[in-house]
Amino acid sequence: MTPEKRAPEQSANGNKNRIGLTVADYRGAKSTLCPGCGHDAITGSIIQAAFEAGIEPHRVAKLSGIGCSSKTPAYFLSRSHGFNAVHGRMPSIATGVSVANRSLTLLGVSGDGDTASIGLGQFLHLVRRNVPLLYIVENNGVYGLTKGQFSATADVGSKAKSGRVNELMPIDVCALAIELGCGFVARSFSGDPKQLRPILKAALSHRGTAVVDVISPCVTFNNHEGSTKSYLNVKEHDAPLHDIFFIPRYENIEVDYAPGESREVTLHDGSRITLKKLGEDYDPGDALRALETIHHGRQEDKFVTGLLYVDPDKEPFEQDLKLVETPLASLPLEKVRPPKEVLDEVMSGLMTGKA
Amino acid sequence: MKASNNDFSIHVATVNGSGSQTANTTLMRAVFQMGVPVSGKNLFPSNIAGLPTWFTIRVSERGYLARTRRNDVLVAMNPETSVEDIASMGPGSILLLNEGVPAPKIPGDRVVYKVPFNKLVEPLVPDAKLRKLVVNMIYVGVVSHLLGIDFEEVDHALTAQLGRKPKALDMNRAAVKLGAEYATEHLKPAPFRVERRNKTADKVLIEGNQAGALGALFGGVTFLSWYPITPSSSLAESLQGYLERYRRDPKTGEATFAVVQAEDEIAAIGMVLGASWTGARAMTTTSGPGLSLMTEFTGFAYYAEIPAVIWDIQRVGPSTGLPTRTSQADLLSTAFMSHGDTKHIILLPATVEDCYTFGMRAFDLAERFQTPVFVLSDLDIGMNTWMSDPFQYPDKPWDRGKILTAEDLAKTAKFERYRDLDGDGIPYRTLPGTDHPLAGYFTRGSGHDEQALYTENPDTYKRVMDRLAAKYETARVAVPPPVIDRTKGAEIGILGFGSSHWAILEARDRLAADGLTTSYLLLKALPFTKEVKSFLESMKVIYVVEQNRDAQMKALLTMEYPELATKLRSILHYDGLPIDAQSIVDQVQEREREGVLSR
Ligand SMILES: Cc1ncc(C[n+]2csc(CCOP(=O)(O)OP(=O)(O)O)c2C)c(N)n1
Ligand code: SF4
Ligand SMILES: [Mg+2]
Repeated sequence: MTPEKRAPEQSANGNKNRIGLTVADYRGAKSTLCPGCGHDAITGSIIQAAFEAGIEPHRVAKLSGIGCSSKTPAYFLSRSHGFNAVHGRMPSIATGVSVANRSLTLLGVSGDGDTASIGLGQFLHLVRRNVPLLYIVENNGVYGLTKGQFSATADVGSKAKSGRVNELMPIDVCALAIELGCGFVARSFSGDPKQLRPILKAALSHRGTAVVDVISPCVTFNNHEGSTKSYLNVKEHDAPLHDIFFIPRYENIEVDYAPGESREVTLHDGSRITLKKLGEDYDPGDALRALETIHHGRQEDKFVTGLLYVDPDKEPFEQDLKLVETPLASLPLEKVRPPKEVLDEVMSGLMTGKA
Repeated sequence: MKASNNDFSIHVATVNGSGSQTANTTLMRAVFQMGVPVSGKNLFPSNIAGLPTWFTIRVSERGYLARTRRNDVLVAMNPETSVEDIASMGPGSILLLNEGVPAPKIPGDRVVYKVPFNKLVEPLVPDAKLRKLVVNMIYVGVVSHLLGIDFEEVDHALTAQLGRKPKALDMNRAAVKLGAEYATEHLKPAPFRVERRNKTADKVLIEGNQAGALGALFGGVTFLSWYPITPSSSLAESLQGYLERYRRDPKTGEATFAVVQAEDEIAAIGMVLGASWTGARAMTTTSGPGLSLMTEFTGFAYYAEIPAVIWDIQRVGPSTGLPTRTSQADLLSTAFMSHGDTKHIILLPATVEDCYTFGMRAFDLAERFQTPVFVLSDLDIGMNTWMSDPFQYPDKPWDRGKILTAEDLAKTAKFERYRDLDGDGIPYRTLPGTDHPLAGYFTRGSGHDEQALYTENPDTYKRVMDRLAAKYETARVAVPPPVIDRTKGAEIGILGFGSSHWAILEARDRLAADGLTTSYLLLKALPFTKEVKSFLESMKVIYVVEQNRDAQMKALLTMEYPELATKLRSILHYDGLPIDAQSIVDQVQEREREGVLSR
């Protein structure tokens, strides 16, 4: 049986997931974005992915920067804590949240302006630290919220509504993430939920930073002819590397493909990603190959989508800090205020000058 | 004023990176151990090695710890600055001149001791590189002999520092002995000396940054994020040292803290906000330029009501200002830091003890008021050595403010993040991960209603703003009150804060000796408490002493109490060096003369 025939993560209990919640429990406030905005489609996929994965909403922290894209955490998982930060600085917030309570699942939403311009520095350092978090870039090639200026991910030759053509090299957030050793890097398209959902579920199971760049057309400012990130153009130039299926750790499903037809990746929590070959065989464990693929895709005006790179075993940031099991946020006073003897010891050292 | 026994200052002029620290600490500690109060100030350049640096040890039986402009004993080791250093000496002072170092013509009323330091050290230390370090110990020997500093105390001080390195200890001991022997044989007695007293028993010597770190440690800090910048780095670094020592389980290696060196100050404050929003006790340390970078996030935190503790160890000017000099010039920009209508709680430590207690208190206030709390220290308190009573172990538990747990939520029908239920302007918060369907809420800037839902409704917005203002009013009775010392009959008041305190103490004594008695208010925090107003009301004239050019504290007082503003006069000091008593005395006396003339 092939996985796409059923949603294996859904329990037998019809429209409830394995922890007994319905899709409605994963929804949020009504969106105020333009009708048809790609970002809303991504919100839909996030809701569905979180529902199917049976994530406990109260264990999630939703984080974002500023932009139309960064507004969207208000539109899903209304039971979770949300943090709409300042422009481009969600990564630092995420780092603090993650270190303070390592038992939380972090879901970050950013835009291409938020990530690739004002927030590029923080984004790179987040990846470098490997802070456990799903980092979604809702990439439309423009600043939506400030009405259509080019962003740093605009493709060379893409035309703005005003008629201006972008001549500058785009910043590829996936390539940068791979370069910095990110253990989970994928690209997808807001209009392809079948690909996006398993990617999101897998990314939520990854135990380090997972960067998912989702091309997400801005219907108001970047959907015209001449724009490379219009619906039509992305649809035409979408070049998926593989079909992706995600099998969570609590499912025991065997997928049968003919030998050589697919690859399987086991994530750290025991869940599995199955990649079914489409054309050429693609090894997502090869970073150089991934960079090459991104590069060639750009030369050929193609949007290469799918799981670009994965290394499930990279050590997450918290490992480095050697934290106690209890989240720092819930340590009681006795654990964090040393006894009086310690102060006495320090004070007597300061009296005698003994180091 | 002339130097006398137990009342003088020693200036050591060396080159940055020449390893004079151990030598100077030895001298300072030896005097301290003889029961005479001391303070140590390091005047150093923004440089790793090669530029001139001066270390001043003030010996003061009366316990005056502020900088003094007097230069009573000069140890001139640095040929680059010796001419200028020597020219700055007053009559009756002592000069210890490194032979071969250039010197101007020296008036006859200075006592000059020439010492061939380099020739002395050569046979003792064959290694030329090591020699540069050990030569400093020879002046320790010479100075100690001349000034009557007990060699047993010198040896104690040296052993305390080098006890774990027996080879280095032996060599340094030999150098001290060499200096002493040379002085005994060749140098005549000095005109003033150190005499044993009993004024330092049970006291400690400590730098303010170290004291602040101890405060954070006992305040239960769990998260520190910082980006290196002088003069704040030593706070973060000593805190990290204490945390590693006392908060990491020696068996499992597990830590009850996290220290993250951020990529810049924007990230540092962002991490702090993320961590404290989640429930950690989070802080950052920085200095002027870094504080500027934190501006956007602190405004956000003010409006989103997220606790944060931000230490600013003030220095002078921008990146290429005088990064290793002191000031109190970040006051005004911090008081209102960020966009929109913002006003912040600020703690103003004047002593190392304040640094310690505010290190704890800042967390309690930040969490109680769910807002950034700034501790404005400065380089003088932070990086210089101060004598103090030992610090007291906290007698109270921490205050984590209004946090609702899942159990609390189970007892209520609804949770509204930004509703003022208690009439004090302070709402309740929940932490992420709280296992209750009501717990979640959405944090954003000021565009929210009581339920934390987005709104642009004008009435709601105004309500949010008014509640934040009400919260600030509540803070007035929670911040540390000023310390007031009233003199009966005095009509002249002095208002000061931070490191100016020490120069003010001394200046008041001198003014009083000249017939001008004053009352004194030492301000410890913003917002101003009611005691400030009644102090201003009760005085005829108030001199506001501050270490900045634009009279920033006076400006804040004027905004708050316009009706009292005509009573305020400024005493300013902004050359980068710590303020000294004489500067205050001179300015007050001059203004008083003017005042009398115009009356
Ligand atoms: C410090 C700062 N500078 C500028 C802005 C204005 N601003 C708001 S959103 C935005 C761009 C958002 O672009 P992007 O991240 O691509 O999000 P989109 O709206 O396209 O989803 C800018 C420049 C801001 N909010 N803060
Ligand atoms: S402006 Fe563009 S990005 Fe923003 S909501 Fe509208 S369509 Fe979406
Ligand atoms: Mg955009």
